[in-house]
Amino acid sequence: MTRLPDAGGHFGRYGGRFVPETLMSPLIELERAYAAAKRDPRFHARLATLSRDYAGRPTPLYEAARLTEHCGGARIYLKREDLCHTGAHKINNVLGQGLLAQRMKRRRIIAETGAGQHGVATATVAALLGLDCDVYMGTEDIERQSLNVFRMRLLGAKVIPVESGSRTLKDAVNEALRDWVTNVRTTYYLLGSALGPHPYPMMVRDFHSVIGREVKRQFRAATGRLPDCLLACVGGGSNAIGLFHPFVGDGGVRIIGVEAGGHGIASGRHGASLSAGRVGVLHGSMSYLLQNDDGQIATAHSISAGLDYPGVGPELAYYKDTGRFEFVSITDEEALAAFESLARLEGIMPALESAHAVAHAMKLAKGLPRRRSIVVGLSGRGDKDVQLVSGALGA
Amino acid sequence: MTRLGAAFDALRARRMRALIPYFTGGDPSLADTRRLIVEAARRGADIVEIGVPFSDPLADGPVIQRAAQRALAAGVTLPRVLELVRDLRSELAIPLVFLTYYNPVLAFGLKAFARSAVDAGLDGVIVADLPPEEAGPLADETTAAGLDLIHLVAPTSTPARMRRIAQRSRGFVYVVSLTGVTGVRDALPPDLLTQLRALRLITTRPICVGFGISAPEHVRAVAPYADGVIVGSAVVRLIEQHAGTSGLVGEVGRFIASMKAPLQHPINGARIE
Repeated sequence: MTRLPDAGGHFGRYGGRFVPETLMSPLIELERAYAAAKRDPRFHARLATLSRDYAGRPTPLYEAARLTEHCGGARIYLKREDLCHTGAHKINNVLGQGLLAQRMKRRRIIAETGAGQHGVATATVAALLGLDCDVYMGTEDIERQSLNVFRMRLLGAKVIPVESGSRTLKDAVNEALRDWVTNVRTTYYLLGSALGPHPYPMMVRDFHSVIGREVKRQFRAATGRLPDCLLACVGGGSNAIGLFHPFVGDGGVRIIGVEAGGHGIASGRHGASLSAGRVGVLHGSMSYLLQNDDGQIATAHSISAGLDYPGVGPELAYYKDTGRFEFVSITDEEALAAFESLARLEGIMPALESAHAVAHAMKLAKGLPRRRSIVVGLSGRGDKDVQLVSGALGA
Repeated sequence: MTRLGAAFDALRARRMRALIPYFTGGDPSLADTRRLIVEAARRGADIVEIGVPFSDPLADGPVIQRAAQRALAAGVTLPRVLELVRDLRSELAIPLVFLTYYNPVLAFGLKAFARSAVDAGLDGVIVADLPPEEAGPLADETTAAGLDLIHLVAPTSTPARMRRIAQRSRGFVYVVSLTGVTGVRDALPPDLLTQLRALRLITTRPICVGFGISAPEHVRAVAPYADGVIVGSAVVRLIEQHAGTSGLVGEVGRFIASMKAPLQHPINGARIE
């Protein structure tokens, strides 16, 4: 298997570095700093220690017996990233990039956030490392994820509201990039998903691959083999590529990404760029995008702010084309039902993002025999969504 | 020789510098853009840059972002901006170049874009988010069609990058004057002239400076070191202020004339031969 990405950050035709010239040298500098960190055993040791003692790794792989029973088919396992410090997988990447920012002697970090999980994680690592932190967040997301806005402020970060465009994650990325173009000499841009210009998709994947490596080890220890199927939700795709990547070469493992179906693909109001998008360039890389015939970026829709993004990471696009990964979509309504099921049957409230993966697992499990197994990436916990869910369910 | 090459040769022969105003195509309407560009040419614009509106213009500050939003809301598309060029070409002989982002061009099709652009009478294209590393596929098509693909140099570009960019750039080299997005600024960045001197030592290609050039004294300061100055947000802001009024074309025309004033006579500048 060839190693991806190539030297220019390409995964086949996807990825690359489509940015204003001002950012090219800083991106090359970042790539070099990351390569040096990867060769430095002290960097790995520091990251491993923080992952264990601070973030709480390894996270458990939990067999959801009541959910399995309810579906009446394949065994469902949950990879409990919701138990990470700050409540989502996002901490894996921010610890890695935070240490990198420190190595690069940057005093200020900036980030974009959708659901607020990456913003909270970035504010957390900024507090931990004593760095200044500004987080860009669309005003629509500020409204629907107000709990995370308070958390970021309590952690000492400044939340900068973004009023432009659709006022969601896409526009927060635009503003963060504009800030970085302006303050590139002093500021580290801590991008939160496996997208953007090279080296971000590679770096974010590497820092999250701990998820898949742990699953491999834990599942083997429990059963002596590999799972039959992996499922994860896909917005930008950071938790998905983190879970999937260590299994790419294991041909017997079926890999499925679950996109935001919103009101349904046919409605045109969704966030399913891989299932229903076309190839284009946004935020520094080539990938599948929701766009109109003129190449204008469309507004995504999902009940979950973290999946409300019209693009997707380039590596997922590549594996869609090769056929290694499959992609499906789950509607807002199905995700809400899965949120409720997991809460009632297992006592676990998933993030609405993760509830998309749970919903598809429940569908899939029904049609498979008990000897089959499905591992679901439970990327985050649902505390942040409680208000939204109770409103939607009329509770 | 392309129209851009001929224009700079003629200017250099007279020791003159180019004034290059920018207009977002279709802000506030395509008919207004047409009238504004004709007036700009009458008031001394040597080249005109036309922005193709894009939904996510990450190199642009608020002024040009708003202009793009207005144009998109008015239904402006890349094919319609090409029609504007065709229409202007029947009336104007000065070079016209596009400033665009890559995705609208990709969606149009690279080969189709290069051919249609030349056919409409466009002379060059600047793609804000397409560094030379990724420009190969478009460059193949623009070269084949005879359209100048203009690359940008930034304050963060290393000398090695500046050299490579200058070699690949056609028509002229676009110097981004500052680390930041487009916008109106009070003063020029202090290290700009050093950057321009460094670039002059590397290339004999025409050099044009943009980003933040908002007043006649900025034009006067930069002119000895460059072949042209690009004025974007200051023009677009004026359009925003006067859109929908009968004074729109006159106000913008007067501003362009004021920016042209420092360039009305030959300049014995810091040309490094």
